[in-house]
Amino acid sequence: MDILYSIFIDPFVQMAQAPDLFVQTLWDGLVGGMLYALIALGFVLIFKASGVFNFAQGIMVVFAALTLVGLHDAGVPAFLALLITIAVMFALAFTVERVVLRPLVNQPDIILFMATFGITYFLIGFGEYVFGGDPKVMPVEDFGLEKGAYNIKMLGGLVSLQKLDIVAVIVASAMVAGLGVFFSKTRIGRALRAVADSHSAALSVGISLEQIWVIVWFAAGLVALVTGIFWGARSDVSFALEVIALKALPVLILGGFTSIPGAIAGGLIIGVGEKLAEFYWGPLVGGGTDAWFAYVIALVFLLFRPQGLFGEKIIERI
Amino acid sequence: MRAPDTAPRARVGDVLLSVEDVSLSFGGVKAISGVSFDIRQGEIRAIIGPNGAGKTSMLNVINGFYHPQQGRITFKGRTRAKMRPYEAAYGGIARTFQNVALFRGMSALDNIMAGRTLKMNVNFFWQLLRYGPAMREEVEHRRVVEEIIDFLKIQEIRRTPVGRLPYGLQKRVELGRALAMQPELLLLDEPMAGMNLEEKEDMSRFILDVNEYYGTTIALIEHDMGVVMDLSDRVVVLDHGIKIADGTPDEVKRDQAVIDAYLGVAH
Amino acid sequence: MFYREAGQFKTSYASDQAIFPILQDRIGIAVILVAAFSLPLYANDFILNAVMIPFLIFALASIGLNLLTGYTGQLSLGTGAFMGVGAYACYKLTSIWPDVNIIVWVICSGFFAAGVGAIFGLPSLRIKGFYLAIATLAAQFFLEWCFIRIAWLYNYNISGAIEVPQRTVLGVIVTGPRATSETRYIVVLAIVVAMTWIASNLMHGRIGRTWMAVRDMDIAAELMGIRLLPTKLMAFAVSSFYCGVAGALMVFLWYGGAEPAVFNINQSFTILFMIIIGGLGSLLGAYLGAALIYILPIVLRFVPEWLGIPIHAATVEHITFMIVGVLIVFFLIVEPAGLARLWSIGKQKLRVWPFPY
Repeated sequence: MDILYSIFIDPFVQMAQAPDLFVQTLWDGLVGGMLYALIALGFVLIFKASGVFNFAQGIMVVFAALTLVGLHDAGVPAFLALLITIAVMFALAFTVERVVLRPLVNQPDIILFMATFGITYFLIGFGEYVFGGDPKVMPVEDFGLEKGAYNIKMLGGLVSLQKLDIVAVIVASAMVAGLGVFFSKTRIGRALRAVADSHSAALSVGISLEQIWVIVWFAAGLVALVTGIFWGARSDVSFALEVIALKALPVLILGGFTSIPGAIAGGLIIGVGEKLAEFYWGPLVGGGTDAWFAYVIALVFLLFRPQGLFGEKIIERI
Repeated sequence: MRAPDTAPRARVGDVLLSVEDVSLSFGGVKAISGVSFDIRQGEIRAIIGPNGAGKTSMLNVINGFYHPQQGRITFKGRTRAKMRPYEAAYGGIARTFQNVALFRGMSALDNIMAGRTLKMNVNFFWQLLRYGPAMREEVEHRRVVEEIIDFLKIQEIRRTPVGRLPYGLQKRVELGRALAMQPELLLLDEPMAGMNLEEKEDMSRFILDVNEYYGTTIALIEHDMGVVMDLSDRVVVLDHGIKIADGTPDEVKRDQAVIDAYLGVAH
Repeated sequence: MFYREAGQFKTSYASDQAIFPILQDRIGIAVILVAAFSLPLYANDFILNAVMIPFLIFALASIGLNLLTGYTGQLSLGTGAFMGVGAYACYKLTSIWPDVNIIVWVICSGFFAAGVGAIFGLPSLRIKGFYLAIATLAAQFFLEWCFIRIAWLYNYNISGAIEVPQRTVLGVIVTGPRATSETRYIVVLAIVVAMTWIASNLMHGRIGRTWMAVRDMDIAAELMGIRLLPTKLMAFAVSSFYCGVAGALMVFLWYGGAEPAVFNINQSFTILFMIIIGGLGSLLGAYLGAALIYILPIVLRFVPEWLGIPIHAATVEHITFMIVGVLIVFFLIVEPAGLARLWSIGKQKLRVWPFPY
């Protein structure tokens, strides 16, 4: 009975007794979830346009942030460092297309997926080789962003919102809206979707696969850079973030691989879910549940709704 | 080839499989509606029709890959409810595919050996050792498989990974794999698609021989009307998921609905 | 010249179905086995302890993953965790029943890993490819969490790590700090060779064919009477069994102790890279991949040193990551079947040499 009580009743009693804590946890979860959503967004961009499941997206986030901080630490002025990092992300997109994707056109998906493991490992080795392996601090003030927090009195307590998090939410929303418009309204956006449906069909109507791939990988690189800046501001920049970046994968399972709204919704659900679960139920099993909560949710989804929240049911044909 | 018969011959026996009033749809799109026909023991039964008539869906229903929303299927006197494809295989239904569905990473020999899977039952322990009963079983089935290889005249490509074989030979290996199951009912989905005349003649010969020597009942989908008329005992014609004709090749050939369907007369 | 099969006629299907139908191959295998078992006579401690033992253990884990990913086509990122299950199972078993032969427990621990692997293999009925890979990540992170949080697993040690107790087999010390590297090497070698032989038996028979059929075309396989769920679950179980034994060997006969971080996601990736580079769907490939990936950092560390160029340990690690990344992409592009395929091409060339046509 005690167990049942502490699972089914006690957490809710706590929520009701300290609503400010609940709101704080919710907000922290939302911000964390938004960062997962941003990584997932990079996945979706590439998957939608090239059918490649880019395992390296999480690493691209770290790599972008590391490049930015590394350059800044080496004495390059902040905005020049930003420009150079953007150039580096373009070079990365170009190289990936030339060296990895082009020779693997029309290979099975799983081969391309595994090839992105190769990219992942190369980027880790390369990033650490150039910038060193120790954690770095993101110089947010130099990019015109303010640190500090608004403390709001509500529900009989204090809820603190980091200014950076608020900016991150705004920027992320703007970016998602922009991408939505880009995919549905522009010519290149529509071409991207055509490529996703069929490589050979796109080729036959004269869409250049090479250019499209460079564009989407570059776009994903920019998303990664933005994600990296905000993420780096919350914690140190190092490849230890890699494990956290992997959580974008369960987010994708929830949201579906091709849906931008799905990625956002999935990210927020996972972010909030794991925070609440850890805060209210974690102590029952000794804590640390956020290491696997997202994956187990994804596993349950895979068993009962493999197409995700927004995906369409796939009919197998022979 | 044979002159087409007008009456079913003596080798044709009782009804082996009957399809009654089967309807199948995918999310609102009707693939098959209210189709009934039967296949008799020992006959060669053709299913023809224009593209999108629901022929492949019909085969998929017969071997349990699709589950019809309505209708009954009776095989060997047993009416069955929802059935998984492997159960159809155990019941004695084998098939080949429109787009060759071989195991591409395996050799021709291993592909056909894989067709013997459901006849093999030596337990895991002996499999671990690959000795005694496991080896005896392996050799015994290898012998059966070699007969099929001889029959289809593919001895020299035994060890070739099937992915590297030309299309015509792949189709032949696929037939071999289906034969290895020693089925009572063999479903062939466009066995001659994409073949040249010579390959078609070979394949027709194999189909007739299978039917004659092994007594296997055959249902085949084919677009080449000459082949269909020469090979089959009876023909069922589908159009837009509806059965429009059923009978001997001669009857079907003269049927006005069939002529309309193929020539595209407005209904 | 000497690598010819001319004159070797098969007179029975049994001899044609043999695993090494060519005489020279059989001689080669025999020579390698003799050399491997007599290695302690002329190799030093470093070679045995830091090269051969880990190489064999990684090869065994790679065979395990290859059975699942290479032969059955189910991509798994949970290898590290399944190895961990084996290691912790073995630790618990020998803690509870210390008098039972440790080699028996090492093998038994594989059954625990097999059970856990089969449970996490359940989603494979409905999902494939990278969906499945993500599902196996759940196994990886959940099990890793168990290794940290369930104190019973490491006998409530304050450090949270397990320390291998001393165990003897027939009076010879096999595990613990006082076991000689010769003994440990021979035990590891014997287990790995036996399990490779068994894997090869399985893959050449009915079970191997059904697994490959599921890998190549699961729909066709099912229409031929191969039941997908039992087949895939069995692949998960057998594969995890191999990984579990490898994990137990790793802790008991190599490290001598372990903390949960040994079985983290990077371990899973290391094993996966071994089979990609060595060759998916090839037992030989598992050995070649393990050799390449495990021995590469050692070479990188020692060769520049011998040449008089000092190189930092961290730099070695970074360069290793880069080289591995490049190799993976290279093999996927140039030879998806990996090093094993290069080997068989070489053998084919040798067979027809000097007249290639």
